[in-house]
Amino acid sequence: MEASNGIQVEGLVREFKDVRAVDGIDLQVRPGEIYGFLGPNGAGKSTTVHMLTTLLPPTAGAARVGGYDILRDGAAVRDVIGVALQDAALDQLLTGREHMKLQGGLHGLSSQDITERGNGLLERVGLSEAADRRVGTYSGGMKRRLDLALALIHSPRLLFLDEPTTGLDVQSRAALWDEVSGLAHRDGVTVFLTTQYLEEADSLADRVGIIHQGKLVAEGTPAALKAQIGRPTLEAVPADSAQIERLEGILSRFGDPLPVTNGSAAVRLSDGTEELTNVVRGLDSEGIKVADLQVHAPTLDDVFLAKTGRSLEGARQEADTGEHETVNA
Amino acid sequence: MTAAATPALRTQARYLAWRSVIRTMRTPIVIVPPLVFPLFLLAINASGLSAATNIPGFPTSSYLAFALAFPFMQGSIFATNTAGTNIAEDIGNGFFNRLALTPMSGPSLLAGQLTGVLLIGSLQAVAFLAAGLAAGATLQSGVLGAFVLFALSLSIAAAFGAVGLFAGLRTGSSEAVQGLFPLMFILLFLSSASLPRDLISSDWFRTVATINPVSYLIEGLRSLVIVGWDPEALGLAFGIAAAIFVVALGLATLALRDRMVRT
Repeated sequence: MEASNGIQVEGLVREFKDVRAVDGIDLQVRPGEIYGFLGPNGAGKSTTVHMLTTLLPPTAGAARVGGYDILRDGAAVRDVIGVALQDAALDQLLTGREHMKLQGGLHGLSSQDITERGNGLLERVGLSEAADRRVGTYSGGMKRRLDLALALIHSPRLLFLDEPTTGLDVQSRAALWDEVSGLAHRDGVTVFLTTQYLEEADSLADRVGIIHQGKLVAEGTPAALKAQIGRPTLEAVPADSAQIERLEGILSRFGDPLPVTNGSAAVRLSDGTEELTNVVRGLDSEGIKVADLQVHAPTLDDVFLAKTGRSLEGARQEADTGEHETVNA
Repeated sequence: MTAAATPALRTQARYLAWRSVIRTMRTPIVIVPPLVFPLFLLAINASGLSAATNIPGFPTSSYLAFALAFPFMQGSIFATNTAGTNIAEDIGNGFFNRLALTPMSGPSLLAGQLTGVLLIGSLQAVAFLAAGLAAGATLQSGVLGAFVLFALSLSIAAAFGAVGLFAGLRTGSSEAVQGLFPLMFILLFLSSASLPRDLISSDWFRTVATINPVSYLIEGLRSLVIVGWDPEALGLAFGIAAAIFVVALGLATLALRDRMVRT
């Protein structure tokens, strides 16, 4: 079998009792690219990762990871992948270096390789000084970085990162992005990264797949996806909240209304920013004062909104208060 | 870049055992209670129940020697808790998935976890024997008997450790494993731990003690202290420990297969 660093997924389905957590996903990840799998909690991201990393058998469909079938060649798949799951599960009683020894040993590395490669990785993720401290004393960012280093101890060709920056501060997040970017673009490692952060997908991923309620609703480079939306959006907040309906009525003359939740009205402008003057004149002639008026270039959230009818932020809040990723339930 | 070769089962077991030992040594609460509580109960029993030696037919004039098997048995019950809680915590916090993503095999995981249990069992056996001898008990089976006592004690710890592994793997809950602890103690107290079976006057208690396998484990341990060499008692004790170990390990293996559903 010819080895490949890519991922091919066809009709992947996972059901939990009466819940269809992943509903017929098809996707391809090219060797050496960073594929961002974007969606809110409960969308099916982690369930997909668990299936692709052989931890969870699919209900239907097929997938090849690194050239190996996830159902028939599970052990071979595990040999060529590195995985950092959502919760950075580490043993609080072991040190960072001891984690390296355990993980490297279980992957069959020699003692010399464990030491050399482990030290190199700890250095690379900035944990050399903390390497002999118990993990229980690490910050969240340090745990994430150790988790990443552990995923790389056996030199995998593909790397799965399940929400690697959730809960991290801005500095730690940027450091992790640099490292992941270097792994893909310098070392040729294929990266499959799940995230619920638009900014992360936008700046880090070569291509993005947007998942919503178990289905892949859009896929492409961030630029191409945003180009699909094309037109900018205009968002206005009335000075008098009682005038929100009138404001929505006026804006709707200039494009497609968009759902918003924070007391503002928004519209995707039919003729781009050239309409702005007319919008202002229309508001003025109707005697509506606005407290804020903003024009937004298309974002991945606009793409998400266009494809699902809701913003990613709104979907995330909804998921946080109710639905959760089934695989973690 | 290329992945490393899959390591041999014994290599995997060695790394997992190493982790188990480190965890054990860094968790005083796992080491201290199994050492202290059994000795504490031994002291209470030996001083409070010494009049039992006046009962006609009591097999020894030293209740301390008679009761010395009790802490060995009680310590083994702690093994259930230790082994089961460790694996359940790994399942609960996701470390189990980390292990499942390596080439680790199921048997090496079970062997590695049991190693930590045997380490505590070894410490216990040395401590209990030393405390008993220091308090005045004598070992009728001599120096060789001390080694056999050590071996039987570890066999029993392995057997109950395997019970704990099964419970931990089946439930994935450290609380559920700890729930077994009182049940194991009931088994201990409904055995011949405090009196020889033929001197238990209550019919139901004697019947329960007779069908309770813990009685035979204790009687095997006790025979080395107060009798010397009793092949029947030792055979039953080693046999029952082996049977519990084989059954519990088999169930643990099945539970592990269900738990580790990797393809």
